[in-house]
Amino acid sequence: MIRAGLALVARDLRLAARVGGSGTLSLVFFLMIVALVPFALGPDLNLLSRIGPAILWLSAVLSTLIGLDRLFQADEEDGSLDLMTGAPVPLEGVVLAKVVAHWLTTGLPLALASPLFGLLVALDGTAMAATALTLAVGTPALSFIGAVGAALTASIRRGGLILAVLVLPLMIPTLIFGVSAAQAATGGTVPFLVPLAVLTGLTLIAAVVGTVAAAAALRWPE
Amino acid sequence: MRLDVDNLACRRSGRRIFAGLTFSVGEGGALAVTGRNGAGKSSLLAILSGRLRPDGGRIAIADVGEASLPECLHVVGHRDGLKSALTAGENLTFARDLLGAPRLVPREALERLGLAHAHDLPVAYLSAGQRRRVALARLLVCARPLWLLDEPTAALDTASQEVLAGLMAEHRAGGGLVIAATHQALGLRDAMELRIDRAGPEQAAAPTDADGEDWL
Repeated sequence: MIRAGLALVARDLRLAARVGGSGTLSLVFFLMIVALVPFALGPDLNLLSRIGPAILWLSAVLSTLIGLDRLFQADEEDGSLDLMTGAPVPLEGVVLAKVVAHWLTTGLPLALASPLFGLLVALDGTAMAATALTLAVGTPALSFIGAVGAALTASIRRGGLILAVLVLPLMIPTLIFGVSAAQAATGGTVPFLVPLAVLTGLTLIAAVVGTVAAAAALRWPE
Repeated sequence: MRLDVDNLACRRSGRRIFAGLTFSVGEGGALAVTGRNGAGKSSLLAILSGRLRPDGGRIAIADVGEASLPECLHVVGHRDGLKSALTAGENLTFARDLLGAPRLVPREALERLGLAHAHDLPVAYLSAGQRRRVALARLLVCARPLWLLDEPTAALDTASQEVLAGLMAEHRAGGGLVIAATHQALGLRDAMELRIDRAGPEQAAAPTDADGEDWL
């Protein structure tokens, strides 16, 4: 069972590397949004550094959507999902493996690149580290919530927009606590650990609910 | 293993596809499923492989221990389950790790189907017939007792059709089962035939089951 799960993760990582992947694309998209904000707001460094963590988080949420629609759709179309139904792993295990691979190619690179992109919105060192940490903790929740939408729209041909409409509202709690944790690190009345603990909790809840819900959506396509 | 299907019914998007299908396949047995286009051959295979919920009836398996039906079978259908960006060898290695019960290594399995040279080629470079043969090679890399084949000879040349017939005979000699949806002779000796027809009569016979069109 572990072997099957590892095989799934390895295959998805290899596919992401070989096809040029949505991972790189979402990273570039992330950079694009962050780079656009200073042009829109003007060169007010104080303003930028105050809303910097929020901009990074908002960009991360939007970048996660890139490629999410193909998470299960590609496997549904070419019959790989039929193959996975016959694996000695419950469908929940398949979903878990695929979401882990998705996070490794999307969420983790975003979190790792965020300090660099923080320069564009004039973040100082503490804020950069805090934002990177909250993104590392919070982006798995985005992947798991997104997986539910991806499973629901797997058999819809152009499900990308429906997917965004479905999952964006569900990502709001993660966004709220991600941003408030990042801002708490640079000042404010709340200690950093409180919103961070809530964010971790949200990720754990999303991991359980998202896995079960996505598997249920995939199990009987009609 | 032994597969018993009793009074199976299928409904898709509210329309009855078939009903009252009953058959049994025992060790070494083969079943050729025939019927017009759209009669529900592929739907039957989808139900057996666990991708479609049956509308009624019962499916039972025996002599397989604790494994569930989807874990005992291979499916080769219209959608081949191959990733174009990966090589034939990588696709088969993945199937072997995912499905378990490894038998032949991918290179040997491809050799049996005359595709040894495609081992390191991305599947995207292969023709339709070659892709189908790579999908068929999956039958050999993992040992599973029941083979569900949906039009297995589609896109295959005559030589490959003979190879496939040989593989099926070998599989059955070892106690395996084959269920194939087909329009043409597959070289399945003494196979039972199951003909699926549109479930017109059954629908009329079941008054509780009135369709929306009835009042028209």
